[in-house]
Amino acid sequence: MSPALTAAGARDWLQRFATAVDEHAADLTDLDRPIGDSDHGVNLQRGMRAVLAALDAADPATPGAVLLKAGSTLVSTVGGASGPLFGTLLRRTGKALGDAESVDAAALGSGLRVGLDAVTALGGAQVGDATLVDALAPAVESLEAGGSVTEAAEAAARGAASTDELVARKGRASYLGERGIGHRDPGAASTALLFAALADGDGAGAS
Amino acid sequence: MHVPTKLLDDPADAVTDALRGLAAVHPELTVDLEHHVVSRNHDHFGDHRPGKVGLVSGGGSGHEPLHAGFVGLGMLDAAACGAVFTSPVPDQVLAATTAASSGGGVVHVVKNYTGDVLNFQMAAELADDEDIAVETVLVDDDVAVTDSLYTAGRRGTGGTLFVEKVLGAAAEQGMALAEVAALGRDVVARSRSFGVALSPCTTPGSDRPGFDLEPGEMELGIGIHGEPGRRRVPVPATGVAREVARTSVAAIADDMPLDGEELLLLVNGMGGTPLLELQVLAGDVVAELTARGARIARALVGNHVTSLEMAGSMVSVCRATPQLLQLWDAPVRTPALRWGA
Repeated sequence: MSPALTAAGARDWLQRFATAVDEHAADLTDLDRPIGDSDHGVNLQRGMRAVLAALDAADPATPGAVLLKAGSTLVSTVGGASGPLFGTLLRRTGKALGDAESVDAAALGSGLRVGLDAVTALGGAQVGDATLVDALAPAVESLEAGGSVTEAAEAAARGAASTDELVARKGRASYLGERGIGHRDPGAASTALLFAALADGDGAGAS
Repeated sequence: MHVPTKLLDDPADAVTDALRGLAAVHPELTVDLEHHVVSRNHDHFGDHRPGKVGLVSGGGSGHEPLHAGFVGLGMLDAAACGAVFTSPVPDQVLAATTAASSGGGVVHVVKNYTGDVLNFQMAAELADDEDIAVETVLVDDDVAVTDSLYTAGRRGTGGTLFVEKVLGAAAEQGMALAEVAALGRDVVARSRSFGVALSPCTTPGSDRPGFDLEPGEMELGIGIHGEPGRRRVPVPATGVAREVARTSVAAIADDMPLDGEELLLLVNGMGGTPLLELQVLAGDVVAELTARGARIARALVGNHVTSLEMAGSMVSVCRATPQLLQLWDAPVRTPALRWGA
């Protein structure tokens, strides 16, 4: 990213993600209805509101600290599977970024790799299981390969779309078996929003 | 779409208000309205027992009386109540664990749903940081999920009641942490459940039910949120209870031989089916089980593990042993289950 992601940039990113979650809460919930229990949008909305409040209160000094705070707040407020999974992603990514004042796209990719590995260790999902990992993994791989945040966002969006035709093998959607085909995984959809929010800040501090 | 009128004050506060109500009528319980944790009021019970193994469960709300209604003498020490159909967060489970801890360690009874598993796992790590030893008993008694390799595995459903009652008695009798956990895993291994939905349910604040079920259809093999397991079939013109009993018992017997077994039996309502109907079903279920060579040692009929106002049933059995029967019969004093105390 040029210039790189700072603490302020990380907060802007999460602010844009929270706005996107607000705008898409009903869509996310609709995605969750046929295959889950219709609460993904509402739960994530509650979590991101708590994240913004926690960041206002704590005012973390580095992008790593911002993500760490955001992650632990999600773990403490969301519940369900998405709280621990999204929370762990941000928490471990933040921890991996350490004390750096700012991080470029490659460093963010390395940090997100640590977060991705923690998510797969916790939830046990792999690419192809129709979960948020289907959006997250290609985005991380794109950054690791030197891609821009815009390319990472595109990879996440393609990954989310790929869950339409997959049979879920993890989480509550897995009980549907083949009846789940034709439905986009809500966690993959919100993960695509997270990376779209990152790319949206391109002109304002990331590339 | 007709949305049923809910007897609530504010849908957003449904869980908090329900816990406030529980506290209002049960002085023997301590209700932490910040964490949504219900625990025993030890002063009321006079059961300060240093070293007793604590028994904690929890999960999404909407399954009442599970779990908070099973807090009390001879059963749970504490329950963490999440939002409706959403597992509690680790902080809540930690608060319940701390409330239940008397120095002998704590057993977490966790229904096998991804959210519950992840949040309890994180809570167990937090408890470890506070030097509370935690053992986890994962309940996965639901036989409707056949393809465990390709799913999140069998779900925790009606058999949770057997686990909470038996382990509560065992802990009360002074059994140590590792033994309580091992006993819990044995009860899970001996328990099987199969659920049927006749109508869906609507979470408070939502404007439509969580899933659609056409008139004249029933969903076989549901979990406790009505999520599907096997298939949707037409409701038979007559003998609905007989058909549900036959299907449920056959699914269980295909998975766990019942011939010659003594059983704990739970004929459970999902929340919206009257006791009259559950009694009809109970008669049909006992006939099916008896025809397969099983003997009913103890039976419970009622709404114990529910899914809001969903109509339908869940049949749960546990292959008993003399030890399990003794623990089942031990005194229990909770809002929803009470005998001998």
